Amino acid sequence: MQRLGGAESRGSVPASLIRMTKIHIPTPLRQYAGKQPTVEVKAGTVAEALSGLVSKHPDLRRHLYTDDGKLRSFVNVYLNDEDVRYLQKEATAIKDSDIISIVPSIAGGR
Amino acid sequence: MLTIERKNYEALRQHGEEMYPHECCGILLGQMDGEVRTVTSIARCGNTRTDSPQNRYHIDPRELVRVQREGRERGEDIVGFYHSHPDHPARWSPTDHAEAHWLGCSYVITSVEKGKAALTNSFELTGSDESDKKLVDEKIEVEQAET
Repeated sequence: MQRLGGAESRGSVPASLIRMTKIHIPTPLRQYAGKQPTVEVKAGTVAEALSGLVSKHPDLRRHLYTDDGKLRSFVNVYLNDEDVRYLQKEATAIKDSDIISIVPSIAGGR
Repeated sequence: MLTIERKNYEALRQHGEEMYPHECCGILLGQMDGEVRTVTSIARCGNTRTDSPQNRYHIDPRELVRVQREGRERGEDIVGFYHSHPDHPARWSPTDHAEAHWLGCSYVITSVEKGKAALTNSFELTGSDESDKKLVDEKIEVEQAET
């Protein structure tokens, strides 16, 4: 199987190629995702994957999105090892065996 | 409560000394069992706040994704994080609170005084969401390694 990487190779995907995508749930959010470390959803883009995730587990919505429906600023969404902000954001297409990780940011200081 | 083996406890304190006068940071991996978080390994991370490393830290999410993946392969989950406060008490700051988002995880802080690790405290991020989150003192139980 050919691995596709980088923003250039990621466009829209034909519906026939839409497949199950694995989303890794960070430990604090698992209680809102049936206590599962991963959730599989049918999706062709990152937006569809996240939408599928909150459809399956509605309690996750307020932790991921603001009241006006924007992804919270501290919630990072990674497609494999790439921040989707640097790909095509939530419109980024998902390829075979891609894995999405939701990672709240880690920061602070005295 | 946070349970951690002596070698990991000393390693995170030593990390604070090595990075002095900058803040160090890292990830605690292990198991969560109700109110007890057991650390079985720690991962040192780079502090990306090169603009103000003496009083701020930030872990590159890409590094976090990698550490999370490697932990998963060993059967470990992320149970918390650690950082140091150079020449400052081992108490959480308003910035620590504002930037803490991993509810139910431990945030360990070591004060490093003139290059020497002093107190190490741990705080659990409690609450149901961003609006009511609190960093609450928690006990650290340091265990000797099994012989």
